[in-house]
Parts: sequence; C-alpha cells; structure tokens
Amino acid sequence: MNQYVERIYNGIVKENPCIILMLGMCPTLAVTTSAINGVGMGLSTLAVLIFSNLIISIMRNVIPDQVRLPAYIVIVASLVTIVDLIMQAYVPGLYSALGIYIPLIVVNCIILGRAEAYANKVTPDLAVFDGIGMGLGFTIALTVIGLAREFLGSGKAFGVQVLSEEVFTPIAIFGQAPGAFLIMAILIAILNGASISTAANDKVNGCDGCCATCAKTCDAQGKEETKA
Amino acid sequence: MNTSLILIIITTALVNNVVLSQFLGICSFLGVSKQIKASASLGAAVIFVITISSAVANLLYTFLLEPLHLDYLNTIVFILVIATLVQMVEMFLKKTSPAIYKALGIYLPLITTNCAVLGVALTNVQDGYGFVESVVAGFGTAVGYTIAIILLAGIRERIDESSVPAPFRGAPVVLLSAALMAIAFMGFGSLAL
Repeated sequence: MNQYVERIYNGIVKENPCIILMLGMCPTLAVTTSAINGVGMGLSTLAVLIFSNLIISIMRNVIPDQVRLPAYIVIVASLVTIVDLIMQAYVPGLYSALGIYIPLIVVNCIILGRAEAYANKVTPDLAVFDGIGMGLGFTIALTVIGLAREFLGSGKAFGVQVLSEEVFTPIAIFGQAPGAFLIMAILIAILNGASISTAANDKVNGCDGCCATCAKTCDAQGKEETKA
Repeated sequence: MNTSLILIIITTALVNNVVLSQFLGICSFLGVSKQIKASASLGAAVIFVITISSAVANLLYTFLLEPLHLDYLNTIVFILVIATLVQMVEMFLKKTSPAIYKALGIYLPLITTNCAVLGVALTNVQDGYGFVESVVAGFGTAVGYTIAIILLAGIRERIDESSVPAPFRGAPVVLLSAALMAIAFMGFGSLAL
C-alpha cells in the first residue's frame, strides 16, 4: 500500500485518535451535543494538526531537544490563534457554539502527541498525511458521536428533525452533560465486547502516555505502587 | 460584594462543575482517580496551581495585554505562563517545603497540560472578572475539580470489590459512574442564583 494512503488509513481506522488512542477526551465529550458541532470541532483540529505537523517536521533539525516541548507549544498556540480569529470572522455561529473549546485546542493531547510521537521524526510530506489521517479520524469520530447524541437527545440529525416527537420520545439527557459520559461508556463497552483493544482501559489506570509531561508522573506513580 | 464572591464560588464549584459539566481536565479525572489518597493530593495540587495561575493570568491581562491591545494573543501568553509557573512552583516547593513537594510533586507536571488551568484563565477574561473575582473563580473551580475527583475515587474503590460484566470492566464502568455523578450535579443547576 502507498505510504501516504497507509497514513490516512492508520489515522481513520487503525489508530483512530478518538476511539482507539483515546486522546482529546475533553473536546470529544464537551462539544458533541450535535453533529454540526462535532464536524466544526473536528475540522478546526484537523487544520491545526496538519500545519503543526508540517511546521514541526520542517523544523525538526533546528529545534534543540531540551526545549522542544515549549517550542511545540508556541507553534501550536500560534496556529490555534489563527484558526480562532478566522472562525470568529467567517463562522460566528459555530464559533460561539464551540466557545472556549476553540482556544483549548492548544492543550489537545492529539496535537502534541502526534508532534512528539511522529512528526518530529519524519519528512514533512509524511507528517502532513499523518495530520490529515489523524484529523479526519478525529472529525469522523466526533461527527458520529455528535450525531448519536443529537438523534437520541432530540430526534434530529444535522439540525433536521428526522423523527417527530409522536413517533420517538427524545431522551433529553443525551443532549446534556451526562449523555456525553453515557455515550462514551457504551461505545467503549461495545469495543471491549468485540475485543477491539483500545487505550481506554490504560487511561483509567493512570498511564495513557497521552501527554509528554505525564510520562514523569506515570513513572513516579509506578515506583510508588511497586514499593507499596 | 461579599455575596457575589460567594455566588461565584458556588457557581464554579457546584453548578458549573469544571469536570462534570464543562468537561475540562478529563484526562487526570479518569487517570488519577483510582485511590482517594492520590486523588486528594492531585486535588490539592490543582487548587494550588489554578488559584495562583488565575491571579497571574489576570494581572498579565490587565496590565500587559489589554493596555497594548494584544488581547488576541491571550491563548499563547497564558499557556506559556502556566507552563513556566508550574515549573517554578515545582522548584520553589522542592527548595522550601520538601514535605509538600513529596505529597504534590509528582502531580505538578501533569497539571501543565490540564486544560482546566488554561480554561479557567480564558473564562475569567471572557466573563470580564477583576482580580479578586478571578482568584475566587479559580479557587472555586479547583475546589469543584477536587470534589468531583475525590467522589469518583470513592466510587471506584467500591467498584473494585464488586463484579462488573466483562465488557464494562475498566473504562466503561468509570464513565458510567461519572455519568451518574453528572446527573446528580445537574441538580445544582436548579439553585436559583
């Protein structure tokens, strides 16, 4: 298989950042109240991810190893600010729906995670395709979760009433905060039942390897547990 | 004045709970909630860092970014300041009070990437809070985080001793507990504030 196609397949299916790697849980749970919000969040993350992977890959030989994390954070934060301003100007409705979660793309584990795990080791072309694959995987997952919550919560799909309230009584809780936890729980239980291995169960055990800085914490915790 | 500060604490800690209704800091909420002791230490570290960082972020915004009309740079400035601040707090504690450092130390690096810290700083700016209000809101948010993570740890310690259907073992049962907690916390929304 062509290595570019492989990267995209890897991002969407094999290592889907949202469902298999369980990265970026905050936006996944917070903005998926509707399918449209899911698409919007996914695409803005996709844009940031492609350019951050590209820039970090180009600069991989320039950035000294000791200060790489602060350097990555500055690059990602600048890109997020650009996306933030563009969205504020051209899609104000979506911008106010996503609110604070747009600037919070900076701390989305997917972006720093890909920079650290992949983009700083490969050539720019591969890094870009990795960004596209991971970004699309994230977008698709958010859209599907958003669609499920919107449909169960209000009987709508992409804002259009699919089932009228006489046929299907909406379960309002799915559109509210608890619904996000509920949907994720059911989704992971289905994956567990189908024996598809995900990082979800490592995550609740404290070591998900999600953020570069967590590694230190995980090590220390591991040591304490072996002592005890 | 005083009543409005109390309102801010109740709103940020209970009504708009940072984890259960804002979904910030989910990573550590799920990751470090296996034991009550560890989650209480993390909670203490979060209270410490968020209170300081919201004070610093507010000062920076009022005296640097706003006068220079650079408020569009707030995301970049806040994340850098928070990352540096956590490092400094870590070094400071290591030197001055080894006891606190021993209890909180391993959790401090985890907090840099905790989106709750950045989230509070940005929300404070959005809501147009002054210095005192920002600090109080930061403190309240962190208290809300601590309440949520300790409660979840308590639930998880019990779950460990009960038999859970195989597909629900691990993450799903934790998320289900969080969902039930979120439903309970929705009750605070009906407080007429």
